[in-house]
Amino acid sequence: MNCRRAKSVCCRLGFALFLPLFAFLAQSAAARPQQQTAKEELLALPGEVGHPGGRLVVALRGEPKTLNPLIAADTRSREVIGVMQADLIHIDRATQLTEPALAKSWKISSDGLTYTLVLRQGIKFSDGQPLDAEDVLFTFRVYLDENVHAPQRDLLIIGGKPILVRKQDAETVVFQLAKTYAVGERLFDGLAVLPKHLLEKPYQEGKLGQIGTLTTAANLWAGLGPFRMKEYVAGQRLVLERNPYYWKTDAKGNRLPYLDELVFLFVPNADAQVLKFQSGETDVISQLGAENFSVLSRQPHGYSMTDSGPGLEYNFLFFNLNDAGEKTPPEMQRKQKWFRELQFRQAVSAAVDREAIVRLVYQGRGVPLWGPVTPADRRWINSSIGHPARSVARARALLKEAGFSWTGGASGDSALIDADGKPVEFSILTSSSNADRGKMATLIQDDLKQLGMHVQVVPLEFRSLLERVTQSKEYDACVLGLVGFDTDANADLDMFLSTGGTHFWNPSQAHPATAWEAEIDRLMEQQLAEPSYEHRKKIYDRVQEILAENQPMIFLASPDILVGAKNVIGNFHPAVLEPYILWNVEQLYRKSAPESAAR
Amino acid sequence: MKDPRSFKSWLIVLIVIHTVVACAGFFAPYDPIEQDRKNPYVPPMRLHLVDAQGYFHMRPIVYPLKLREGSFDEYEEDRAQPEPLKFFVSGARYRLLGFLPSRLHLFGVEGSRIYLLGSDAYGRDQFSRLLFGGQVSLLAGLLGAGMTLIIGLCIGAIAGYYGGWRDDVLMRVAELFLALPWLYLLFALRAFLPLAVNPLQAFFLIVVVIGAVAWARPARLIRAVVLSAKERDFVRAARGFGATDLYLLRRHILPEAMSVLLTQAAMLIPQYVLAEMTLSFLGLGVPEPVPSWGNLLSSLQQYSVLVSYWWMYLPALAMVPFFLGYLGLASALQERREAYKIERRSLGSLM
Repeated sequence: MNCRRAKSVCCRLGFALFLPLFAFLAQSAAARPQQQTAKEELLALPGEVGHPGGRLVVALRGEPKTLNPLIAADTRSREVIGVMQADLIHIDRATQLTEPALAKSWKISSDGLTYTLVLRQGIKFSDGQPLDAEDVLFTFRVYLDENVHAPQRDLLIIGGKPILVRKQDAETVVFQLAKTYAVGERLFDGLAVLPKHLLEKPYQEGKLGQIGTLTTAANLWAGLGPFRMKEYVAGQRLVLERNPYYWKTDAKGNRLPYLDELVFLFVPNADAQVLKFQSGETDVISQLGAENFSVLSRQPHGYSMTDSGPGLEYNFLFFNLNDAGEKTPPEMQRKQKWFRELQFRQAVSAAVDREAIVRLVYQGRGVPLWGPVTPADRRWINSSIGHPARSVARARALLKEAGFSWTGGASGDSALIDADGKPVEFSILTSSSNADRGKMATLIQDDLKQLGMHVQVVPLEFRSLLERVTQSKEYDACVLGLVGFDTDANADLDMFLSTGGTHFWNPSQAHPATAWEAEIDRLMEQQLAEPSYEHRKKIYDRVQEILAENQPMIFLASPDILVGAKNVIGNFHPAVLEPYILWNVEQLYRKSAPESAAR
Repeated sequence: MKDPRSFKSWLIVLIVIHTVVACAGFFAPYDPIEQDRKNPYVPPMRLHLVDAQGYFHMRPIVYPLKLREGSFDEYEEDRAQPEPLKFFVSGARYRLLGFLPSRLHLFGVEGSRIYLLGSDAYGRDQFSRLLFGGQVSLLAGLLGAGMTLIIGLCIGAIAGYYGGWRDDVLMRVAELFLALPWLYLLFALRAFLPLAVNPLQAFFLIVVVIGAVAWARPARLIRAVVLSAKERDFVRAARGFGATDLYLLRRHILPEAMSVLLTQAAMLIPQYVLAEMTLSFLGLGVPEPVPSWGNLLSSLQQYSVLVSYWWMYLPALAMVPFFLGYLGLASALQERREAYKIERRSLGSLM
């Protein structure tokens, strides 16, 4: 009762505070440039027509490190950059297919080596300067420059050679690849086109890394996305304003985006984000855990929660299969002898109760997994891979075959010993900041106790966990998760290839350690150069089979994408791909104007 | 003395608590780490004397809980199958007091499981975990306090009795220890240890660390007592007759410190149990799945648990009588000591 009164007071206060602001917003709306000249080739989006005005408040896990796509490596920065920049060809998060963006059309030559992109004419950066082919050339020159160290560079080296970019005329750009690249035009998604007029000088001076920070003056930074920089308050929020030159319109020809402002609040942890959403301080929420989702679903007032089904995250258990040769301590050598045993890994996989993980960790809002491709990725999942039910008996049979035995027979609480009579004991690392994976590890610990294995769960701070897994390699086993960024066979190349950094069980190998890893390397290289979907699918199916046969990772479960939004937000269509809710931010709008003023 | 009964009543409360916790295997119906994966977050079950049909039962009955259709954590009573509460039932194996193997439990139900204090995320019985968790927490408190007092006694006695440079050095070290931020010290210490510490190692680590860090305060108290005691007439007299230092300390001086020591113990034990709880709450204590009072409360760090499952707070409530008991005992001891002092002083003036 008291609480409610306090809230209504807050609301009224908020109303009073925002009245002047609303007046200002209305003014700025009136001042919107109306000169939609004939040569401006805007993109009209289908879908519900909203009305302009208002602001959207979103929580961000912390401050973005930069707004500069050339140095952004963290997800937070990428999330913000996603609404400030635009790419040539875009993957529609809803259909998961490519759609024209800054390039209004494109042609791929029959040999798959030449991509000809035709640029949209007459469109402008957020500072009003026009976009032309020179900007595109400059952008790719910068991305490919070794001295810039752009994270995008690796994506643009195909068949060992950088993509060649040349200008055919003022509106046409040609990309020349050294080798057929199966990903095709999806390659261009997320590669922001940069403003040459602003970046050329810093580039010449080698100062690209210092520009585009959160404190860079607004007139020194521009993009082609729906929003542009307005205000940054360190430690609190980042306010973006509508880009009046944005190149998309709705079905009726109104220029997008609808919203006047997009506010990112910096909220460091998941629980605090839930509280902010519950109290109405933020308008949308994503990346929710199942428990918080059910808390929010219990008494939704003014908002609704959506379970969008399985996403692309997959969680798995893996063992330390690194080979340090002579330097391996004897203790580790003994353990690795078990881990290298295929039947040992198969037994662990057979003993893990995946259904219980889905039920107890995700409250049923997830799916059990037997491979890295989740059911969300309908085009690429190999549905013929078996889903063997949990069987302790089969696990015990497998261990017996591999020479393990039990003290005091195979009864309930006997300990498992290896061929040398040593008890099977090992530890599983989990990230201490991820409660879900910690729970999985505790469940696995209990599952494996039934096989007589003595397992300890060690929660570790995430960065030191990664350091152990990828650098020092001092660990037994670990539970981790990865999120695919796209529904494509290539999305997780780094995990499949034995040279990859996220090939966790034995990362960054000089030569593949096993025959089947070499086989996966070969197949993945092969599908990369294969243009037809059917052929690629066949190869990729085989890769998934090899993984399932050899169990280097024991796949556990995938959580659903859980999101929520206030009921006043229109055009809210969460996707299973990142960014889950802001992918159509230009179309989001507030349904009733007075309420947007009250915010 | 104000109320001699208060001392005894607090003592009885504490003896009961310690007995129940020490014999956790018998009083708890289940194994504390056994997971019942079909029953996560079961609310505490009700004991009924009157059943759904309105009949009265001498023997309390419980209705097994079943999940409401399509829900993850909403349960309802299955009125069709009343389960009578049985006493002295056979169940999970345990070792009474750590060595007597047994299967006998004070109570239980057949056919389903009874959750007096509800269950946690894995369907583990909170009541059993509370009792077994007490074993870890109480033992850590008792051992830690014992260690502190022994160290404190030795150092305090040496500093107080010999005085001089020994006193200076020991007391400066004590001040240093008082000033240490011991929580951060623990973090640092944990970082140096091997990655996987088994529960027993972790337990002794906690005890040693808690015990070794906090000796400074009791040491200073003991020093003060010794300092005043060694100047007493009877001590001087004994020394005059040629008593050795050790004899004097043992026979005349340390007995003076006994009551201070007891009061200190009654205050330190709950403090150390709290310290263990803090460490386990922060994930530095005994690892999962072994229960301890701190581990039991650590799930409350999650907002969703905080607002959804109120029975997860119950262990915290159940710990209140324990802390009250010790604090009550400490103040009763204190009173006794004061009273004793006054008595002796008035006796002395009479003589």
